[in-house]
Amino acid sequence: MLLIHCPYCAATLPELEFAYAGEAHIARPADPSTFSDEQWRDFLFIRTNARGLHFERWRHVHGCGRFFNAVRDTVSDKFLTTYKAGEPKPELEALLKAAGKDAAE
Amino acid sequence: MTSEGPVRLTLLPEAARFSLRVRQSDIAAAARAFGAALPARIGQTASAGPRSSLCLGPDEWVLHTSTDDAEALQQAFAAIAGAAPHSLTDISDRDRSILLSGPLVEDLLSTGCPRDVSSIPLGAGVRTVFDTVQVVLIRDGVTDFRLEVARSYLPHVMALLAMANLELAVAAG
Ligand SMILES: [Zn+2]
Repeated sequence: MLLIHCPYCAATLPELEFAYAGEAHIARPADPSTFSDEQWRDFLFIRTNARGLHFERWRHVHGCGRFFNAVRDTVSDKFLTTYKAGEPKPELEALLKAAGKDAAE
Repeated sequence: MTSEGPVRLTLLPEAARFSLRVRQSDIAAAARAFGAALPARIGQTASAGPRSSLCLGPDEWVLHTSTDDAEALQQAFAAIAGAAPHSLTDISDRDRSILLSGPLVEDLLSTGCPRDVSSIPLGAGVRTVFDTVQVVLIRDGVTDFRLEVARSYLPHVMALLAMANLELAVAAG
């Protein structure tokens, strides 16, 4: 079972309490009426589908109920970090450096 | 409710429960109306007289009190509704509480709860799952836990607990 750190509960908890909620940092269009069909298609359906590091939303559905964001490696399933909704994307290079250090220890 | 095994399972009598949602800026006013603290850290509890609160989320608390006090509690919150907008929902009938006591209570809960039950501090509570059923688990003592379960899931959870309790009895010889 994965252990996921909830930034609101400030605790690392079992995967069974969480639900995956798709890719993170997909901003709603600021002026939707000006969107073309192609732009709508991209907003609604086109996702990164990353092989490797992926910014994604999770919800602590059977805990505090909050949505938050995570960086997960889709190959190894390892979580690099989790952070509160609304916070900026973390710097990937610094994260990888920290993760590399962890692996070496 | 009878169950053989090292852990005593008791279905507690009906009690009053409320789900409170309130904004950060209005927490102090809500706590004054409630008459007890509304702890800011998820998992913490506070109490005064028959009333107790458990923080379940950044803006969410579950409030407990006696059935006699339920109306007074609702009136106290109604009085601040204008100044401190909030949502107070009566969920008394939604859940039932099971009291689990005995030295093997952590082992029994671990049969269905994926959390490290032993890491829950005394007097703390968490929302979690027991065999896929969402529950609220509160630690009242070193070997005493309260499990709040939606009443429709009560037979399912009770049957699982009774079965696991029996297995613990057999294992203990
Ligand atoms: Zn949480």
